[in-house]
Amino acid sequence: MSPPSASLSFFRSRHLEFATVAVCLVLLTVIFPLLNARGLLSDYTITLWGEYLCYALLALSVDLLWGYTGLLSLGQALFFSLGGYMFGMYLMLQIGMLGSYAKAGQNPAGLPDFMVFLGHTFLPPFWRPFQSFGFAVAMVFLLPGFLALVFGFLAFRSRIKGVYFSILTQALTYGAALMFFRNDFTMGGNNGFTDFKFILGHSLVDKGVGSATMRGLFIASALVLLLVSLGCYWLNGTKFGLVRQAIRDGENRVLFSGYATAHYKLFVFVVAAMIAGVGGALFVPQAGIINPDQMTPAKSIEAVVWVAVGGRGTLIGPIIGAISINALRSWATQAYPDSWLIILGIIFLVVVLFLPGGIVSLPAKIMAWRSRRQPPAPPLEAAKPVPDRP
Amino acid sequence: MAWKSFLRSLPWVIIATVGCLTGPRAKAAQETARATIVRAILAPDAAQKLEIISSLAGQGDEAIRELFTAWRQDGLFLYAPADGAKIPVELTGDKDAQGAQTAVRADNGEVLKTAAGQPLRLVGSELVAVEHDARLRLAMRNVVDLLDLGSPLLAKRLRAIQTLGAAQKPDKLPVLLARAQVETEADAKLALRQAIALIELADPSDELKLKGLAELRLLHSSASYDLIKAARAKAQADGKSGIAKAADLAMGAIEQHRSVVNFFGTLFRGLSAGSILLVVALGLAITFGLMGVINMAHGEMITVGAYATYLTQKVFGDGVNFTLPFIKFAIHLPGLHLTGWAYQCYFVVAIPVGFLGAALVGIALERSVIRFLYRRPLESLLATFGVSLILQQMFKLTFGSNNVNVDSPVYLSSNWTIFDITFAWNRVFVIGFAAVIVFGVWLALTKTPLGLLIRCVMQNRMMAACMGVRTERVNMLTFALGSGLAGLAGVFVTQLGTVGPSMGQEYIVDSFMTVVVGGVGSIFGTVVSALGIGLADQSLQQILLNPVLGKILVLVSIILFLQWRPTGLFAARSRSLD
Repeated sequence: MSPPSASLSFFRSRHLEFATVAVCLVLLTVIFPLLNARGLLSDYTITLWGEYLCYALLALSVDLLWGYTGLLSLGQALFFSLGGYMFGMYLMLQIGMLGSYAKAGQNPAGLPDFMVFLGHTFLPPFWRPFQSFGFAVAMVFLLPGFLALVFGFLAFRSRIKGVYFSILTQALTYGAALMFFRNDFTMGGNNGFTDFKFILGHSLVDKGVGSATMRGLFIASALVLLLVSLGCYWLNGTKFGLVRQAIRDGENRVLFSGYATAHYKLFVFVVAAMIAGVGGALFVPQAGIINPDQMTPAKSIEAVVWVAVGGRGTLIGPIIGAISINALRSWATQAYPDSWLIILGIIFLVVVLFLPGGIVSLPAKIMAWRSRRQPPAPPLEAAKPVPDRP
Repeated sequence: MAWKSFLRSLPWVIIATVGCLTGPRAKAAQETARATIVRAILAPDAAQKLEIISSLAGQGDEAIRELFTAWRQDGLFLYAPADGAKIPVELTGDKDAQGAQTAVRADNGEVLKTAAGQPLRLVGSELVAVEHDARLRLAMRNVVDLLDLGSPLLAKRLRAIQTLGAAQKPDKLPVLLARAQVETEADAKLALRQAIALIELADPSDELKLKGLAELRLLHSSASYDLIKAARAKAQADGKSGIAKAADLAMGAIEQHRSVVNFFGTLFRGLSAGSILLVVALGLAITFGLMGVINMAHGEMITVGAYATYLTQKVFGDGVNFTLPFIKFAIHLPGLHLTGWAYQCYFVVAIPVGFLGAALVGIALERSVIRFLYRRPLESLLATFGVSLILQQMFKLTFGSNNVNVDSPVYLSSNWTIFDITFAWNRVFVIGFAAVIVFGVWLALTKTPLGLLIRCVMQNRMMAACMGVRTERVNMLTFALGSGLAGLAGVFVTQLGTVGPSMGQEYIVDSFMTVVVGGVGSIFGTVVSALGIGLADQSLQQILLNPVLGKILVLVSIILFLQWRPTGLFAARSRSLD
């Protein structure tokens, strides 16, 4: 498992890489909402790009684990959805009397529609605090973080690593998805949460106000992504970041050098879970739905592939990968609905077999290929022996 | 009114029934039921009629039901030909313009004919209907009620006995007692004992109640549980503590028996669930455990086996047409149009077909993708997941996104019931087959030259290559073996679950967990962990009455188990690091 060396990256220095990411994101934050406000960019497009940015957050969390620390977690989709569900609970309670049962006069308590459908008459106790925006946001961080802490502690303590870690996280995700699919878990069953109306009093559906809210959510997503990128950039420069990469390249040597690798891994795992959770929380109001399909192991593997496609172990790679694959999906599921999964599968294969460094490594590869094609430079003339001084 | 007439007729019913049932049956053989009924119709006075009718109780002839029904509904008539004795007839069929119907003789069930041999058509209103009064009707109904008790079919007899027992009518007791004396089938005898005990339970006398309860306690059948419970409630209300205590004992015995049956039923289901898991995971134990390849397309190998079974079945039947997607290549498999046993044999043929089909797909996968990834296990996960997506979509486009139907051959679709525990044949078969496969794999790995090569290449690929082993070929064959085993699992899954393009996904997480828990690289570990997980899953389902929660608990306990033994149950020990 040899990680792509830094020389393969398009950018000579990581500072330049971060600067590029930052400039692009700032431009995106300014240009897209402006275009949308002028009516040059449809609401649909800006929402779609907002979702891509949330996926980029998920991809960054995978990269933090897989690209920088060498932990292939297949549980990131779980943390993403958990964040989404936590925020979704807040959004569901904001619907209030605007749900379809309440309109029909069958829902005096203002419960979420699915609860009325299942015959609940009062709000389950653990739902009540989610009336508060602040509590919901706190839970977006805390729940994925806590789950990651417990699971990571157990896994790293017993030195489960490599493939086994992947399989265990996959099982965790699978088990959680099974749980969320159940109706009596009071999290919406397999329909999940949908039909949101308000966020912080701003409408998500009205024509004029709704698009302003969507612009706001887009800007928020882009800024959070910028912030997380900044954090990753900063972390990479610290000693902590170096130890982390050393763990990726040879964990036993780091361990024998006296570092408690489990603590480092646990910290990264928890932080990555929180990043994924924030991504999910921002995703839900923009996509307008969260359901257990987002939580399956397959979704986690897809996120890993975004990272692989963009280029793992880089900052810009996951963002490029997440945006490009999802843009491709939006196009291909319309144009070739039957073939989309096959296209995705082929991308998986091509990237793994032929482009382990991802898109980011492409320019360097082409350059290396061209320099090989060029005729070798004429060898330097051998220095003539200096005649011996008589 | 009816009650009084019943009481008056009761002695007759009892005497006649007991006489008929206990006496030699030769009499019944001499005279058919139809002849007896005709005798009753023609008998001069009501008392005689009653006696003859009641003598039919306990006989199983269906003609009795037909004739008595007709009699009670004024459908029997007396036809008096000009020359001779009266003939009772039944008018059946549609009325024609004159209101005439076909006449069927009551004594032999044949159509009444004229001297010339023409069917005689009679008009009901012109004939005298056979008379009946309340007592006769009641006697007839009693006979009809007991009709099935004498049926030659065991199943019908059992149902009749159980119905009588559940009804708890004391007047039926003598009939049942009489039947118990002549019954020869063990099942029916048992049912009779139970029915008699249940009727005794409903008897007003305490002595009989206690006797019935003692018997029910011995029989401990769950069918009687609710009735005993009701009797206990009544006894408590009446303040009869002795009976309530006896009822408690009987209920305790039933509960105990129930829990024993449940325990063995769960054990069996767990064993069979574990066997399915074992067959599915065994292939993975080879590709993942021995070769170190994380084959996420393993589930699709199962699907290949399942679709191979489907195609084999179609070829044995009417043939099948399908088109390969993208290249638009139409394939027509002609059918053999077999029926009966020859068709049922398709499953036996499907076993090697499924194995070979999946093994060939495995070889193609190994040659095209996996051989480049032996040094990068985590990336083999991604690549094979891509393959899995491609294959799933291909199945969907080829065979449709709906599930296809695979018939169960007759020899797998029945079950045994031993001591109230149901053993479904397909599950018994899966258990036996899993044992055979495990034995076969063990033989192949330890006793064949190929097995030797497989083990040495898996231990140290480089060193094996240095010794002149053609590692490429061994890799290919090992992967083919693992995939073929998944195909075999697919063949069996057709008998227990649905067959569709995404069916493989159901098994993939479970089978990876099985291999990890068993200890990577240990076939024996896989066997133990598959059976263990199967048993745990089924018992938790039984205890929690909730399949999903049970599954989640199993996953959680596996994660906790790996805390205790991070390398699984039977890990290959090694001093090497990384």
